[in-house]
Amino acid sequence: MLRLELVLDGEIIKKVKPHIGYLHRCFEKYAEEMDDYAKVIPYTDRMDYVSAMNQEHGYVVAVERMLELEVPERVEHIRVIVAEMQRIASHLLGIGAFGLDLGAFTPFLYLFTEREKILDIFEKVSGARLLYNYMAVGGLMRDVHPEFKEDVADFVKTFRPKIKELDNLLSYNKIFINRTANIGVLPVEVALNYAASGPVLRGSGLKWDLRKDDPYSIYDRFEFDIPVGSGEVGTLGDCWDRYIVRVREMEQSLRIIEQALESMPDEGDVMEAIPKRIRMKEGEIYVRTESPRGELGYFIAGDNSASPFRVKARAPSFVHLSMLPAISRGSLIADMVAIIGSIDIVLGEVDR
Amino acid sequence: MKSVEEILEYLSETFPETEFEALLGDVGPARIKVPAPVIKDVAKFLRDDGRLLFNTLMCLSGLHYPKEEEMGVAYHIHSTKLGHSLALNVRVPEEKAEVPTVESIWKTADWHEREAYDMVGITFTGHPDLRRILCPYDWEGHPLRKDYEQQEFYRGVTTNE
Amino acid sequence: MNSLFLTNILNLPLLVHLALPLTIILVYALVAIWGERKVAGFIQDRLGPMRVGGWHGWAQSIADLLKLIQKEDIVPTNASRFLFKFAPFMMFAASYAAFAVIPFSSGYIGSNINIGVFYLLAVTSVLTLSIIMAAWASNNKWSLLGGMRSAAQMVSYEVPTIATVLTVIVVAGSLNLMTVTEMQSGNDILGFLPNWFIFQNPFLIVAFVIFFISILAESHRVPFDLPESESELVAGYQTEYSGMRWAMFMLAEYADMLLLSLLGAVLFFGGWNSPFGDFMGGPVWGFFWFMLKGLLLVFVMMWIRWTLPRYRVDQLMHICWSVLIPLSFINLVLVALWELIF
Repeated sequence: MLRLELVLDGEIIKKVKPHIGYLHRCFEKYAEEMDDYAKVIPYTDRMDYVSAMNQEHGYVVAVERMLELEVPERVEHIRVIVAEMQRIASHLLGIGAFGLDLGAFTPFLYLFTEREKILDIFEKVSGARLLYNYMAVGGLMRDVHPEFKEDVADFVKTFRPKIKELDNLLSYNKIFINRTANIGVLPVEVALNYAASGPVLRGSGLKWDLRKDDPYSIYDRFEFDIPVGSGEVGTLGDCWDRYIVRVREMEQSLRIIEQALESMPDEGDVMEAIPKRIRMKEGEIYVRTESPRGELGYFIAGDNSASPFRVKARAPSFVHLSMLPAISRGSLIADMVAIIGSIDIVLGEVDR
Repeated sequence: MKSVEEILEYLSETFPETEFEALLGDVGPARIKVPAPVIKDVAKFLRDDGRLLFNTLMCLSGLHYPKEEEMGVAYHIHSTKLGHSLALNVRVPEEKAEVPTVESIWKTADWHEREAYDMVGITFTGHPDLRRILCPYDWEGHPLRKDYEQQEFYRGVTTNE
Repeated sequence: MNSLFLTNILNLPLLVHLALPLTIILVYALVAIWGERKVAGFIQDRLGPMRVGGWHGWAQSIADLLKLIQKEDIVPTNASRFLFKFAPFMMFAASYAAFAVIPFSSGYIGSNINIGVFYLLAVTSVLTLSIIMAAWASNNKWSLLGGMRSAAQMVSYEVPTIATVLTVIVVAGSLNLMTVTEMQSGNDILGFLPNWFIFQNPFLIVAFVIFFISILAESHRVPFDLPESESELVAGYQTEYSGMRWAMFMLAEYADMLLLSLLGAVLFFGGWNSPFGDFMGGPVWGFFWFMLKGLLLVFVMMWIRWTLPRYRVDQLMHICWSVLIPLSFINLVLVALWELIF
């Protein structure tokens, strides 16, 4: 539900004017009506429905930071594992849809087979395949199923070779490179001025990842690399760079998952630190986390009551979509499809 | 990395006639309250000064404080080069909610300010294209105000309530 | 023996000559559409149609046909009514008319004229015209965009097609497709390989590759299907068509695919000649071998569709004008030289 008004000169785009708001579901108004901070969590799921665990993670981290709450080790580990698996699932969908828009019908289905495996694990963990309501302020809604560790370890083992398969099928395909290299070039300075983040900013060459540069949860304990675009085929900051950053990121997520599985404590009550009532003192805080699309920020303002005074979700897709006129001027209509696909927007997030 | 007190000092040095206040709530970091007319110059200073270099605007939110009868705008800026963050607050009276735009300083403020206008009703003077972004263009009212009443009819169709 | 058969056949009433290729095309279209969905399914690690008719959903195309027949006939308000209605039929007529000169077997060819190839290439040019007609008559800017791209693409890619066909004609010495096929009978190359043109002259392999790429573009198949790319232009020039009119476009597209594959089989792979010489030869077996070769090429086209992404329109043109056309003409000269020397 994105409407782009294009002013064309033949096939060349002269002006782009995005019209959004078709999926606006009043998340922020609802958050103010809730009588408990914890009741907002299902709403956060539904903003970016493709990476729901990361949305929840961002929100609970924000509220916990405001309450200065200590969260048990087991909870942190499970949260990290689940968030990284969700990151992989989200990238699989983003990459698949990108290929589909460009006419490559098959990688979409291959990647979805892998995504199904992740969603199956999530169904065992939380009961739902897409919108989980799994994280709670201070813990989790329920503990994981007993075979969780084996399931995740199995998945990691079978998924690694698939990334290589994707590389062979799509990444270095000459036609794909022709459609995405040198298209939609985003220089780093422009990206920073437009507050780009996540794979979009990393595709332009800046090594910027909130899990390392502004660490939250237990990410500072894990070792992982940050892939950046390097203009390998084409210019630095083009669509191909943003795409390949996502592919390489999936490999790094696998590393984090493996390390988290190893250090995860086997005992622990995941619900022990959940406060019975949350009464937020007066103050404002802005906490940001790394969602698969970029910097997901929650601005929470409390006014000494149980119901939030103001919750604003700063969605990365919203910010990236505002960049569209700047990077697509002068390109062809077919390139517009490639640019939008490489930015990987989810309209639920843009409109909230 | 500069702390809020140091930044407050720099600001007082550069803008001697203006009064900056550090607001500290019970939770969360301190925010600097900036008077509305100078926000644009302050923003430019914060972005360009060599000791500060705040090159990204992470988030811009509009708020409505019904008790003080004020509208507020919260700016959260960050420097990727030096690694520090800062929160700014601007308060304007409800009846005359006008704040100068910072779109020329950080381009990302374009859509954020449109959303603040749409949701809370703050007019950003100098904005190149201030129209509604999430609600339909001919919607009446500003939804995130605390005293918002939803319109009964929109183009002849009842809105559910 | 061949000419006796032909004289007998040519005395048959005209209706039989009309009906035979039509039956082949219609049956083939039903099978090919089902086949495409099955091929797509298996390449994408899924099954494709499974339910309609029992075994692997073989009756799916028939069910689709029945569904399309009973759809409402919609003509957009501001469309040019006559052109809008006429375009799909003209497109099908063009593909169908070209089947008249295809030698289906040693015993049957619709019309044994001496300018076979020339006639075929001329008639398939009408396809371009019908696409422009459909795009213009739809009164829809997306259709127009698609139609313009399509016309440019088809007209450009006719040049390498013709150049490669000419290459084979240079070797064969005749425009009559029956003669071309007869020249490829026997198994003399290296003692056991059939006499097909593709084995007779190494540069003809290059010619075949260029020919295959060009016919992919001529019949709007991925990677050259930008005129009808779903994600960009809704459905290109077919946007405003629904029901039976759209089915006619599909039919014409598949008929075109078969036509060009059969042409490739005739020119490069020996037409109705059996690869084993006289074993499994003869008029009836000839038809089987011919259709097998044609359908194999159609299968490769489908295979490519589900594997590769699509090209942008200017890249498509660049490939044609900067790569294929010079290559095909240089190849023509090289083939002629080879023929001269050996």
